[in-house]
Amino acid sequence: MIDWSPSQHELERRQVRRRIRLRSGLIATAMTVLVFLVVGLVVTSSPGWPRVQETFFSSEHARASFPDIWDAIWLNIKMFLIAEVFILLSAILIALCRVSRSPWLMPLRITAVVYTDVVRGIPTILLVYLLAIGMPALQLQGLPNSGFFWATVALIVSYSAYVAEVFRAGIESVHPSQWASAEALGLSRGQTLRHVVVPQGVRRVVPPLLNDFVSLQKDTALASSALVFEAVFVARDYGNYNFNYTPLVVAAGFFIVMTVPLARLCDWLTARMRRRELAGAL
Amino acid sequence: MSLLSVSGLRKCYGDKVVLDDVSLSVEQHDVICLIGSSGSGKSTLLRCLNLLEDIDDGVIEFEGREISDPRVDARDVRKRIGMVFQAYNLFPHLTVLENCTLAPHRVHGVRRAEAEDRARELLERFGLADQATKHPDRLSGGQQQRAALVRAMCTHPTLLLLDEITAALDPELVGEVLEIVRAEAERGMTMVLATHEMAFARDVATRVCFLDQGRILEQGPPEEIFTHPREERTRHFLRRVLPGQAGSSA
Ligand SMILES: Nc1ncnc2c1ncn2[C@@H]1O[C@H](COP(=O)(O)OP(=O)(O)OP(=O)(O)O)[C@@H](O)[C@H]1O
Ligand SMILES: [Mg+2]
Repeated sequence: MIDWSPSQHELERRQVRRRIRLRSGLIATAMTVLVFLVVGLVVTSSPGWPRVQETFFSSEHARASFPDIWDAIWLNIKMFLIAEVFILLSAILIALCRVSRSPWLMPLRITAVVYTDVVRGIPTILLVYLLAIGMPALQLQGLPNSGFFWATVALIVSYSAYVAEVFRAGIESVHPSQWASAEALGLSRGQTLRHVVVPQGVRRVVPPLLNDFVSLQKDTALASSALVFEAVFVARDYGNYNFNYTPLVVAAGFFIVMTVPLARLCDWLTARMRRRELAGAL
Repeated sequence: MSLLSVSGLRKCYGDKVVLDDVSLSVEQHDVICLIGSSGSGKSTLLRCLNLLEDIDDGVIEFEGREISDPRVDARDVRKRIGMVFQAYNLFPHLTVLENCTLAPHRVHGVRRAEAEDRARELLERFGLADQATKHPDRLSGGQQQRAALVRAMCTHPTLLLLDEITAALDPELVGEVLEIVRAEAERGMTMVLATHEMAFARDVATRVCFLDQGRILEQGPPEEIFTHPREERTRHFLRRVLPGQAGSSA
């Protein structure tokens, strides 16, 4: 109704709600400031702090190394973006192979199982060595020899296995009644997966997926072992010349800045999904 | 003093007013049936009573204390109000017995053995003795709904809120579940329940409330509402749900 206006009681209640919110806000702020102050004081008052500050947090070296690392980080970003697309695609394919039931697809199923088992067992850095040094050494015709290319392939191979398992967990967490009701509507198993189960499963695994992608962003640094001039390589290079670790901290700063927007985007997406689907539902 | 009293309750979702100036009082041992067409706000009212929703105006008092005050600890209130949902909402990862002992043990601090005894006794009474160790998904709909009732009653609530607990059941099971509700009503349990089972409402209710577009349009003893409804809308609704029966105005 348009002519409704809140009663005195409701106005008071709103005030109380506001006070409660304000109080929580104050507690949160006070606690945060306190904790960070104490931690900061403990660290900076330790006996070795001046030396640590000089080797890791020297502003002079930070400034000097910044431009080179800035240039190099684009290589990491490029590698990450390319790898991410291929990882998502191959991971969902592997996951679908693993949950398939058709007898015709048995070989695919076995391949998918063996692939995830084997690849997940190999340290990523070993894969980078194997592919980036081994593949060019084979001297096959028509394949690129660049370290960048093979390091990216190594990341795709390794992360597809992890991400596939995340997808599979999501798919299998969808309640059997969803399968039943989709199949009762006459949907085939493939259609059920495509339209009902996978969309729900994928939503559920957005947070662990994000985890893997943050991890992937950092692992682009492994390309340095394939002699790709990416951020960590450049930072280490600078550090070795100047006997100072500050550039590595600068590189770490870049990686953090890269991951934060991704994390916020995912938080926002999941919150929106929940609001839409679960508003008041019980 | 009423056990529960609601006055001027208002609830909106965005711009949509779902409950408007609802007033209701529930005495000890009352069985209040909320009837009304789909979307009239029955579930929302029950959810407000259990503080699952923040209300937009009005007062809810329970045992003489205003529970709609934001400073009230909702958990305290819910310890004494049991609720059963339209969709059961049993925890699928726990057995029926574990579903029933979770709150008594964790919230009310009852020792596990004692909680299990109480749960088994109720399960027995509800004809579920042999389902105790099964997981909910392996029970039939009626069994799940009865298990949900047992779960709500294991904590000895002073007030029980039931939301269309028979909506998903076939007529035979409906009878089975309603029989249990009736028995509880006769034992003196205070209940507020939303239902589409008019015969049942007529039979067990001490008072019937007809909700229409978020308002309680009419309330009174079942004989009165079902045989001499005052409002035209109530008559219309009853003609629809009880063909050839009520609506014959006095
Ligand atoms: N979370 C929500 N957000 C927006 N609108 C809602 C929400 N929950 C309920 N509503 C609206 O509130 C109204 C009342 O819903 P409610 O569930 O209380 O109806 P009901 O009387 O229980 O109906 P039924 O008999 O079908 O269960 C409906 O119009 C519904 O669309
Ligand atoms: Mg309802």
